[in-house]
Amino acid sequence: MAKYLIPLVMFMVLVVFLAIGLTRDPHEVPSPLINKPAPAFSLPQLKAPEKTFTAAEMRGKVWILNVWASWCVSCRDEHPLMIQYAKSGAIPIYGLNYKDQREDALSWLSELGDPYVLSAVDEDGRVAIDYGVYGAPETYLIDQSGTIRFKQIGAVTPDVWTKQILPLAQELNRQGAK
Amino acid sequence: MRLLSLVLLLIVASVAIAKEAELASGDDPAVEQRLTALSKELRCLVCQNETLADSQAGLAEDLRKEIREQIKAGKSDKEIIAFLTQRYGQFILYRPQVTPTTYLLWFGPFLLLAAGLVILFRYIQQRRNVISDVPLTSEERQRAAELLASGPGKERA
Repeated sequence: MAKYLIPLVMFMVLVVFLAIGLTRDPHEVPSPLINKPAPAFSLPQLKAPEKTFTAAEMRGKVWILNVWASWCVSCRDEHPLMIQYAKSGAIPIYGLNYKDQREDALSWLSELGDPYVLSAVDEDGRVAIDYGVYGAPETYLIDQSGTIRFKQIGAVTPDVWTKQILPLAQELNRQGAK
Repeated sequence: MRLLSLVLLLIVASVAIAKEAELASGDDPAVEQRLTALSKELRCLVCQNETLADSQAGLAEDLRKEIREQIKAGKSDKEIIAFLTQRYGQFILYRPQVTPTTYLLWFGPFLLLAAGLVILFRYIQQRRNVISDVPLTSEERQRAAELLASGPGKERA
């Protein structure tokens, strides 16, 4: 009897593995940058090109870096949520305008609204390479010490925001206040 | 007239080929060769099943540019691969490094092979026992002799 059960058991194991495989998104590659220092950069600002923005300025704050571009379709989907989150004032959101044209980026913001405290311009995508960006939009949560704590590849969903980013940011702020 | 057009065609073709070769080799053939060799080992993260060498994705172009510049700056292949894995993880390598997290990936097939061999040998051993020669008992020997003596056809009747 047991002899005939073996193929069935093996088949069940295979089914379980395949089922788990189906629930995972192959595009979500775990980032090696989690819990590593956020790469330093110094980039011109989108709205004030003569001014620069550096990651070092953000020391002591919990903040979000959101990689976006006017050519990026998913960014457009994500945008209303970003505006909503920015309005809530929970975490300051900074933009990294990725391989975009300045005019396109500016008109995108004036058309759809600007959730960002400011956007830094990464014209040639160099800084994005340092951050391991491969599919905009990508969102990083960076803590007071300048360490990347969370990375979202693709659009942030309300679920990710309320269940992961927000609680983590609150926890970090609490720890920082002590 | 025909000859003239043929000659013209050949000239145009050779110029086109020369142009193409020039484009492919870039400014420094040694650098391009290393770039090609390296990027064949690297995965394009946007398309995932293409190498960095084959991919036409924007990011792949940027990464090739980055690698080209690092080669020109005199970095070794190892340093360049370290640069990329720091940012994109092991996933970018078509041949992941042997680390505790990739042990199963590297040695899993050999484990399966070993398990298969063990099962095969056990099975053969078992069969050998089953089909091993068991001498006939005297009763069986007698019955066999009787059957043989009764001749063809008779026994069935």
